[in-house]
Amino acid sequence: MTDIFDFYHNMERNNILLSFKGDITSELLTSILQIIESKMDTMHEEPRLKKKVYNVLVECLQNLYHHMDETSGEGAATGRSAIFMIGKTNGAYHIITGNYLFNENVAGLKNRLDDVNSLSKEELKDYYKQILNNGEMSLKGGGGLGMIDIARKTGQKLEYDFLKVDDKFSFFTLNIKVSTNQQ
Amino acid sequence: MEKFSIAGTPKTPTINFDMEGGFLEIKGRSIPENSIEFYKPLVDNLEKYAGAPKPATNVNIQLEYFNTSSSKCILDVFKKLETIHKGGSQVTINWHYEEDDEDMLEAGEDYQAIINVPFKMVQVDE
Repeated sequence: MTDIFDFYHNMERNNILLSFKGDITSELLTSILQIIESKMDTMHEEPRLKKKVYNVLVECLQNLYHHMDETSGEGAATGRSAIFMIGKTNGAYHIITGNYLFNENVAGLKNRLDDVNSLSKEELKDYYKQILNNGEMSLKGGGGLGMIDIARKTGQKLEYDFLKVDDKFSFFTLNIKVSTNQQ
Repeated sequence: MEKFSIAGTPKTPTINFDMEGGFLEIKGRSIPENSIEFYKPLVDNLEKYAGAPKPATNVNIQLEYFNTSSSKCILDVFKKLETIHKGGSQVTINWHYEEDDEDMLEAGEDYQAIINVPFKMVQVDE
């Protein structure tokens, strides 16, 4: 029971509005989006901030939904499980996601994230249009548009980390900040 | 010709396509996980309309949110409209954005830069 109390205080200390660990389904995403939208309404957030957070949240959650690698209970990783958290500090909303992926997919994703992080605002706009117009659309999603869109809308670098779990899986975390000070 | 409509849901927009009147409207939210499946019937109907379009085609896009998965499908819809425009129907795309929503205005400008059809940026009150 002390564990639960510690857990509660941890969430309180980190200003977590909502956290979830488990299977990511379409219905779950709908519920999370509804909860966060109504929380932001209750908190009387500015419409433009609300929209930005909502948009970025959609992309983060759908990234999880489309791209987490199925681990089928091997080793440390279990099923389609992932973690998601959203919190609010004084200056920003923080959206944090974590999911397993195969070790062989780490280098490719890391390159894509570094590419996005190396671009200026104008370059991101051009890159977005180029991928939108010429890029291959996968059946799963926007064919790489998600990360570019998040970087454009937040105006910040994508903060990420890969943790090697075993010889098959790594754990990928993404930490996205949406500044509450929208100019 | 007939009308083609889809009722909106929390994740998908309302679509009204009046092929007799040369009017297409997409409004609401477009954030489905699988956008291709959702937009296919509209793209098919535009294809059909392209065979015998009205002299003018008015298009109203009034989206509150759309995800990157939808953005590619919306481009496909616009590309069909571009073909219709080239085929002799005067197409106008009215891109609505809420006052203050610079991201939505910028998204419209991205499409405007890619698609060879007259765009009108229409600001609406929140």
